[in-house]
Amino acid sequence: MYTLGIDIGSTTSKCALMKDGKEIVATSLRVGGMGTDGPEAAITDIWARTYLTRSDVDKVIVTGYGRKNYEGADGEVSELTCHAFGGNYVYGNELRTIIDIGGQDAKVICMNDQGRMSNFIMNDKCAAGTGRFLEVMANILKMDINNLSDCAMQSTSPASISSTCTVFAESEVISQLANGVKRPDLVAGICESVATRVGALVRRVQVKEKVCMSGGVAANEYLRKVLGDKLGVTIEYDPLAQYFGAIGAAIYAYNKK
Amino acid sequence: MAEEVKKAPRPVDPNSAKYKLGKIAGDAYVNAIEAKKQGKPVAWVSSNFPVEIPETLGIATVYPENQAAGIAARGAGERMCDVAEAEGYSNDICAYARVSLAYAKLKECPEQDVAMPDVLLCCNNICNCMIKWYENLAQELNIPMIILDIPFNPDYEVSQAFIDYVGAQFWDAVHQLEEIFNIKWDDKKFEEVTGFSCRSSKAWLAATGEAHWTPSPFNGFDLLNHMAVMVTARGKAEAAEAMETLLKEYKENHEKGVSTFREEEKYRIMFEGIACWPYLRATSKGLKSRGINMVTTIYADAFGFDYSSFDEMIAAYCSVPNAINLEKARDKRVKLCKDDNVEGLLVHTNRSCKLWSGFMPEMSRQIGEACGIPVASFDGDQADPRNFSEAQYDTRVQGLMEIMESNK
Ligand code: SF4
Repeated sequence: MYTLGIDIGSTTSKCALMKDGKEIVATSLRVGGMGTDGPEAAITDIWARTYLTRSDVDKVIVTGYGRKNYEGADGEVSELTCHAFGGNYVYGNELRTIIDIGGQDAKVICMNDQGRMSNFIMNDKCAAGTGRFLEVMANILKMDINNLSDCAMQSTSPASISSTCTVFAESEVISQLANGVKRPDLVAGICESVATRVGALVRRVQVKEKVCMSGGVAANEYLRKVLGDKLGVTIEYDPLAQYFGAIGAAIYAYNKK
Repeated sequence: MAEEVKKAPRPVDPNSAKYKLGKIAGDAYVNAIEAKKQGKPVAWVSSNFPVEIPETLGIATVYPENQAAGIAARGAGERMCDVAEAEGYSNDICAYARVSLAYAKLKECPEQDVAMPDVLLCCNNICNCMIKWYENLAQELNIPMIILDIPFNPDYEVSQAFIDYVGAQFWDAVHQLEEIFNIKWDDKKFEEVTGFSCRSSKAWLAATGEAHWTPSPFNGFDLLNHMAVMVTARGKAEAAEAMETLLKEYKENHEKGVSTFREEEKYRIMFEGIACWPYLRATSKGLKSRGINMVTTIYADAFGFDYSSFDEMIAAYCSVPNAINLEKARDKRVKLCKDDNVEGLLVHTNRSCKLWSGFMPEMSRQIGEACGIPVASFDGDQADPRNFSEAQYDTRVQGLMEIMESNK
């Protein structure tokens, strides 16, 4: 039985096609989330890679901020539940905490020993501590967001970005650049600022190991390391991190068959 | 395009609690406007000021918080906040204060007009923002302000020294009002008023307590409307009678197996914080459509003042939710959650109310732990519509529901 999970976020769309809720047949990611052609492009990509069509798939579940406006699915479920299923799929029942830094929010999901979400906490409405903050800063520095981590690794003395407000931090970064602060130090400071903000959120639910990160920002090794140090834990990473939502939706679809 | 057919609102039975309570709340505004026309004194009063004082002295009352809630619920919160902000008030200030200060300037707002005041009766047992708000009103309107200082109580119990301090101010406020308006305090009337206030409170608390039945005989959002009477008119005979009708109806609902919550009650939650008035429909729909009944909220119970002596009355005013320490505030909520078999807690992180929202992260964590229930919070505001995102609300409520479902 094939099931498809679609995760429509604020900046990207992800899909995961699974067989019997256990085996990942294909994944796909396209830039462009809610309100763009990103979701359709990601789905078309799945069909192209698997030579399957919609009629071969038994159930489609959509998640993410765009879930309410997407009409081609058989149901929708929150990204919180999907990330929990996705995290459990990758790490099993030992996983206790998932830290997800998405495009416009950050969430911490607590898992119980049966692999289910027992509680969650999300950031307030402010963009500080979210992927959007990193995106804005990467834009100012004219850098690809995916290169922030490598650049930060070369820092010898991370700059201090004291403003949590994205708009204030923007001008702070510009003035530090003008004052000759080295780019790696600045990038490291930017990553640390996100880690500090998210760290405070995680502490509110009392972090328990095993801890992993999901979402696009999870790939930022520098940020993961700094956040782990702040919390005194090791933060696991898996290349599927960005697909937890989509994988979770496909598993949910299978469970609801 | 087909013409939209508007359904005529269902007539409300004049003997029902809903009708009686709606009428009392509406009459309070009309009576104050009438008093003003007749040259009688009108006071603007903060919600947890001892209602016994103006009621006994026969001073007509207007509750600016209540007015601001009405204005916000009718969609004019932003317009009024804009007026206050243009006057130089920061948008970080409580939106009730901004709406009220805007009204003091405009002296009209079709969404909820009120009589202008001759005196301000302020009590800081809900917050200290109240003091500055009323001081500014006093200055702008050039009228006297009487303040009853009830500081935040860091202790669990209310000490006798605390009671004496507030009790003395109670009588001082009475004497000031007697002098300003040349009126006389009447002990007999005071006794009558306290009697009604306690009767209203007893019935109100018993009515909200009917939520211990599963399913609950009422939709918790009803309380948000009905409580207006507890805020503004609890010392009146009609209020006591209407609250007793409400209690009777809830009891009957339970006996007949019906409820004012029109969906199947699948989950029961406690709602924390002031209602998000500009989005009352959206916040209510997000719950109702998922079969989630908000069965209890401390916000409603906060206006039940039951006492049997003067000192107990003062102690009750010193024990309102925003004046008590974290442990006591938590214990009250844990009791409500346990009494009413609550399965989840939804917290309104109200950008207006710093005091209330400020200690919620820790308090809700402790409540969640003590009751073994999941907690979700959302950003919003009681009157400024710019601080709410429906998508954010929806995701969090859905997440909360999914945990409650998997806990079953
Ligand atoms: S800050 Fe909070 S307690 Fe104070 S007036 Fe505003 S809403 Fe009420």
